[in-house]
Amino acid sequence: MMKNADLVIIGGGPAGLAAAIEARRRGVENLLILERDSELGGILNQCIHNGFGLHTFKEELTGPEYASRFIQQASDLGIPCKLNTMVLDLAADKTVTAMNRTDGLFQLHPKAVVLAMGCRERPRGALNIPGYRPAGIFTAGTAQRLVNMEGYLPGRKVVILGSGDIGLIMARRMTLEGAEVQVVAELMPYSGGLKRNIVQCLDDYGIPLKLSHTVVDIQGKERVEGVTLARVENGRPVPGTEEHYDCDTLLLSCGLLPENELSRAAGVQLSPVTGGPAVNESLETSIPGVFAAGNVLHVHDLVDYVSEEAGAAGAHAAAYIQSAGREAQAAALPVLCRNGVRYTVPSTVRPACVGDKLTLRFRVDNVYQNKKIAVYLGGACIFTRRRPVLAPGEMETLQLKGDLLRQDPAAGSITVTLEEA
Amino acid sequence: METRELICIGCPMGCPLTVTLEGGAVTAVQGNTCPRGDAYGRKEVTDPTRIVTSTVRVKGGVLPAVSCKTRSDVPKGKIFDVVRALKGVEVPAPVSIGQVLLEDAAGTGVAVVATKNVDAKP
Amino acid sequence: MTDIIIIGAGVSGCAIARELSRYKADILVLDKEEDVCCGTSKANSAIVHAGFDARHGSLMARLNVEGSKRMPALAKELDFAYDQCGSLVVCLSEAGRPRLQALYENGVANGVEGLRIIGREELLALEPHIAGEAVAALWAPTGAIVCPFGLTYAFAENAAKNGVRFQFDTAVTGVKPIEGGWRVETSRGPLKARLVVNAAGVHANELHNMAAPGDPMQIIPRRGDYFLLDHAAGDYVRHTIFQLPGPTGKGVLVTPTVHGNLLVGPTSIDIEDKEATATTAAGLAEIRAKAGLAVKDLPLRQTITSFAGLRAHEPRHDFFIGEAAPGFVDCAAIESPGLSSAPAIGVMAAGIAAGILHLEKDPAFDPTRKGILDPKTLPFAQRAELIRQNPAYGQIVCRCESVTEGEILDAIHRTPGARSLDGVKRRTRAGMGRCQAGFCSPRVMEILARELGVPLSEVTKAGGRSKIIVGVNKDAL
Repeated sequence: MMKNADLVIIGGGPAGLAAAIEARRRGVENLLILERDSELGGILNQCIHNGFGLHTFKEELTGPEYASRFIQQASDLGIPCKLNTMVLDLAADKTVTAMNRTDGLFQLHPKAVVLAMGCRERPRGALNIPGYRPAGIFTAGTAQRLVNMEGYLPGRKVVILGSGDIGLIMARRMTLEGAEVQVVAELMPYSGGLKRNIVQCLDDYGIPLKLSHTVVDIQGKERVEGVTLARVENGRPVPGTEEHYDCDTLLLSCGLLPENELSRAAGVQLSPVTGGPAVNESLETSIPGVFAAGNVLHVHDLVDYVSEEAGAAGAHAAAYIQSAGREAQAAALPVLCRNGVRYTVPSTVRPACVGDKLTLRFRVDNVYQNKKIAVYLGGACIFTRRRPVLAPGEMETLQLKGDLLRQDPAAGSITVTLEEA
Repeated sequence: METRELICIGCPMGCPLTVTLEGGAVTAVQGNTCPRGDAYGRKEVTDPTRIVTSTVRVKGGVLPAVSCKTRSDVPKGKIFDVVRALKGVEVPAPVSIGQVLLEDAAGTGVAVVATKNVDAKP
Repeated sequence: MTDIIIIGAGVSGCAIARELSRYKADILVLDKEEDVCCGTSKANSAIVHAGFDARHGSLMARLNVEGSKRMPALAKELDFAYDQCGSLVVCLSEAGRPRLQALYENGVANGVEGLRIIGREELLALEPHIAGEAVAALWAPTGAIVCPFGLTYAFAENAAKNGVRFQFDTAVTGVKPIEGGWRVETSRGPLKARLVVNAAGVHANELHNMAAPGDPMQIIPRRGDYFLLDHAAGDYVRHTIFQLPGPTGKGVLVTPTVHGNLLVGPTSIDIEDKEATATTAAGLAEIRAKAGLAVKDLPLRQTITSFAGLRAHEPRHDFFIGEAAPGFVDCAAIESPGLSSAPAIGVMAAGIAAGILHLEKDPAFDPTRKGILDPKTLPFAQRAELIRQNPAYGQIVCRCESVTEGEILDAIHRTPGARSLDGVKRRTRAGMGRCQAGFCSPRVMEILARELGVPLSEVTKAGGRSKIIVGVNKDAL
């Protein structure tokens, strides 16, 4: 019979690990990580490039190295985990149904749950790219797993659609393993990736980046034989701008989607903007005692922020368990997004439940220059920060003082907006 | 006098830098908005270096390959030499993080080390 | 000499093989692809038409209604997914009423049971998302949905169980009458049979014209593009929704699938290349434009894949099933409603072939087949017990569709079994979910390589040259 746990953490990637570590440090003895893969660390295990951990460890680590530091901490703290274990269902009463080879099918009835399932890549079908459906079309992440963990080349002549960081990183990885990356095409007029990656993954190797371009046809009945790119204006390909590329592989790096099937099944309220749960200042979802952090909540740009956010979720889960679920019946204010702010996490705030500081994260919907981020409590401005540049690819993080959020009990909302600097 | 155009990678602003060289020495960096841009511009035109990450084959492991990196930066011009030097390398499992896989990669004097633990196949 | 060679392992060929396996005969099914169900049978609307549409008096009409009637019992006997959800033909204007009435009368004449024209109120009660313009609909309670792969595999596996042999990757390049039968030229050398059944789908006319040149047949590949939507949109409609065909064409259908997805399509575009199953931007745009006519606010953003299939259209628009030359039986021009008609097509074509060869019934024939066990359908305790007995059922491989290693092993070790990613996908749904095989394909490749005893680099997406891996890191440096 499976021993019950007070806290179940679904997912053993960077978010799940950080949440578990923090919850244990705060005194949650009986917790359990459920991980579907054969090892902890999640997607970091296949992100073998460096550049992780500058914020957290003040040094540049590769993905597996960053993961191993957290895995080591979890191990030192004696945090139990079950690998190769799939959570099949999460019920509204927090019953977790899971299974693996050795324990079979089992149920847990935890007091609290942290959702840390991460995200998945947008597949070709969701992009409506016409053409054949041959072998040789991979999401960048699938190719990354094959190359970086298995040592197999999925293609020799490559076109990449999407200039998100995984696409850029894979352009360099495929090149260094002997493939010829011909071009990276990006639908938007700007790249969704970091500047550093454009320079060090494309420019270093002379790989062209074609902004405002997309794939309009895929040739090859069995294996990809070529793709056709066209320029895009107002979201539509412009006839007459088609260019053909001979290639055997098309990699897609066209966005990440938080993976919330379990959350949805449990009845957790999801944000239509992020695809992740709507959470309050405690990173608690619409179901009391169910918390969320990391890419399942909203897609992050840096893993350091995932760890930080998940640590907070672990702390809040610990507090929830230790207060025996006596939640604060405090008034919650909606956080309103204005003027280019796409969403915020959290999306509601109970000022009474905020400690010294509230971390608020958000993304913008376009590239902006010389703006000022402003936060209002009701009609009063409580925070501003100048930003010379804001881009959709970069997450913004603000620290708001709890006292400021509590200064006007009559305020009906918090507003986050961009203003002229 | 020679000039080089670069894009700074220090932050999302991506300042367009113009670096002026006189006899191989940098005399000016223009276009940057902060000191990081100046430092980046100087280093990138005189001594560009990179960490190289790649994979090496593993014998008898739970995975057929292990990820690796150069322990420190290598000259940018040596990237492909480093990768080629790893071509024939195969290590027996288990492999542990930090384990040296190649002592001196392509004459750079820099070692290539494993970045992941790969257990032996049970 | 083989008694019977069936050319084509689509739903028609497999249905015929299964019906012929009731007799004492040596039967061989050939297909140019690597598996069963690789042509028209794999890419269609996945519905069982009630039978009101086909012109009264046509062979198509007779076999459609008969096929539809046979389907429920067959689904139990052969254990494939089938759901009699009912269908609605939606009339969007008063001007369309006479056409709706004509369709109703055609259906009644065809012998379709339970047909009724319903008013707007009843229609909206059945389908709240129907367009506001709708004035009436033809309600066909016997309309149904089916898994086209499941149906085809069911026929094939039951045929194999009763002694039928399958040979894949074998393209037929010619048929020639010889003493006492036919010589069948293939890409793997010549074969001989006393009787040939031509179930070659879009290529059936080529074989027909070799066997019976005096009576030429034409088949035009008619492409249909589709969108498949995620489970999250699967219950947007609960019945198969057709638009009433009108002066502007046939419209597109919106239907739930037996696996809980939503399917929208098809287009109807005549093309020349019989292998051109590429979707086109124009085709996909056409579906987007038409899809919303009968069903409002269709959540096309939930699309997980688009695909195209080819129907074997003959200008005379009827099925051709019969002895085209002595010992050469056509089963040709099986366009829509071919899937619906398959059970009846099998019976008819097998009857003709058995009559020609005077075959004797085989008393050992076993009409039953068990599908791949889906542990999700088991109660908790039984599922737990299954994992205790076979831990492979405790290992999820495809996260999106919750497919276990146990199911994949079953799919590979059946006859005919899965040999490629697509073969596994069509049998188990691994890779058919919202991530479209992103996560599970490396895992499924490993299992295929291990179970088939081939290197990982030899695993294909769908046979032939569709290899997934092209080398190892640095091999070209």
